[in-house]
Order: sequence, then structure tokens, then C-alpha cells
Amino acid sequence: MPASEVVAALSTRFAAAPFSLGVALARESLVEAARALRDQHGYRYYLLASATERADAIEVLHAVRHPATGDTIFLKVALPKDDLAIDSLVLVWSGAEWNEREVYDLFGVRFSGHPDLRRILLPDEYTGHPLRKDFPMATPWGFRP
Amino acid sequence: MDPLKVVDAPPQGSRLEDVAEEVVRFPGGGVALLRTDALFRWAQSSSLWPLTFGLACCAIEMMAAFAGRFDLDRFGVILRPTPRQADVMIIAGTVTIKMAPRIRTLYDQMAHPKWVISMGSCANSGDHYRNIYSVVPGVDHVIPVDVYVAGCPPTPEALMEGIFELQRKIREGGRAGV
Repeated sequence: MPASEVVAALSTRFAAAPFSLGVALARESLVEAARALRDQHGYRYYLLASATERADAIEVLHAVRHPATGDTIFLKVALPKDDLAIDSLVLVWSGAEWNEREVYDLFGVRFSGHPDLRRILLPDEYTGHPLRKDFPMATPWGFRP
Repeated sequence: MDPLKVVDAPPQGSRLEDVAEEVVRFPGGGVALLRTDALFRWAQSSSLWPLTFGLACCAIEMMAAFAGRFDLDRFGVILRPTPRQADVMIIAGTVTIKMAPRIRTLYDQMAHPKWVISMGSCANSGDHYRNIYSVVPGVDHVIPVDVYVAGCPPTPEALMEGIFELQRKIREGGRAGV
């Protein structure tokens, strides 16, 4: 039985409403999947973007919600650390704009197609992306614990 | 003591005799003779106008200090909405490296003489945010500080104690006219 049918069967029998589900996607299919989610399945409400650093990849996460049912779907894309480029979802959900800026600011993920990819929390002249594991523990002014 | 009872005596430090070594009062009232630097210190310490400026949770306690229960107006401490009219800057909260240049700009826009109260552990030293990537380890890396108020956050009473300490410092001539 394919995993999608297992999920459907389990969610019908056990999941509490509203339901949430994470889907891992290939980098190339993200925008296409997002458009299908919005246009064919009614997931119009963009929740958040986040990222997680794994051993050899940075995993970008988008969360979207169906406004009528409250169901939430997480779209996850793993990016190799030497190529942190991913298509922006701003043209699908405009609410993603500042969330993607935050992920860029703190993790250094480049969202291609983003209309205004600047830092949002840290000052523009800041160097580095502080939530990365390779970010030095010493603070930028050389201050150490 | 009944807290609602109206007290006729002036607050501690508000009389001319509290700042000047010698005050000559002429009969009939209304005219007194004293040194001008003492007179200026008396005036400065009696009307400290802080800039309305809050950075984090300490600002909530600062607002409480200015509101009805504590009522800093009765000490001549009246909030001003612009640095051009302010004498005191109360740094109430965490100073981030993005905020630091703005704090410096606001401080530079204040007219002399001016003073700074650092309110709470974050503004004093950075506290538990001291060594993270976005926080300045103490506002005295950005502007000079006259009085540090301890606490996380300090109570309104503690902030009032810091304001009284600054008034005392001005009356005694510490950092006058800076």
C-alpha cells in the first residue's frame, strides 16, 4: 500500500481535527506543489516559514493552512549546504515574503524570485547567518563568555 | 501613616536650601539670593523630563511608574515625546545592535545638559542575552550612563529610586552641565 493511502486511512480513523501533515518535496517541485495546494485544494492561508540545520543539509519548511477545515500542511525541502538556493513562494502566497526574509537572515537560504530579499531582523551590515551551526560563538564585537 | 493625607512639607531635596550652601531670603518672600550654579542644579533636578522611549519588558514597569499609582509627575518628572525637549533618557530594555545606532542618534538629538538612566539587567550588562549574536552587552557601550537601576525588570519603586538618585547626583554637582 502506498504511503499516501496509509496516511489517508490513518487520518480517517485516528487523527483529531484539524489535521496536520508534513510532506517532503524535491526542490524542483516546490512551486508546482504549492500552486496545486492553493488552487486545487484550497490551502489559501500561509502560516510560516522555518528552517532546520541537519548534518549535511538545511531543511526549509513552509506551513500552510486550509481556512475552512483548519488542516495544516508542512512543505519541507532539504537543501545541500553548498547550494542553498530555493524558489520563493511569494508569488503563490504573498504572506511568505517576510517569513522568507527571516529564513534568509538567520540561515542564509537564498530564495530566488523573492521581490525584496533583505535582512529583516538583523542590521543590513551584519555578516553571517547566526542560527547556522558554523556561526562563531564569539559575538561580532569579539566578546566571549 | 495615611497615604491619602495631603502632606504640606515639600519633597526632600526640593527646597533651595537643599542645593545651596547659603541662601539669603529677603523679608516678604518671593526673592532669594544664592549662587547661580546652585540655582541651576536646583532647577535641573526638580524638572527632569525623560524621553518617552521603551525597548522591552522594562518599559512596562516604566509606564507603570508614570501612571496613576506611582505618579512621577509629582516629582517634576514628565514624559516628553521628542528628544529635543528631554533631559533624561531612560534605557528601559534590551539594546540590540540594530537599535544601538538609533539610541545614539536620539541621545545626540537631546539638548545639554542631559542624563541617562540604565534600567534593568539587559541595559546594564546584557544580562542573559549578553553573549548572543544580536545584543549589545550593556548600553554604556553606546552612550554614557549616570545611574544604573538593578532588577529584571526593576519595580516602579526601583526606577523611582534611580530617579531620586539622579536628582541627588545633580543637586550635589555630579556631572552638572554635561
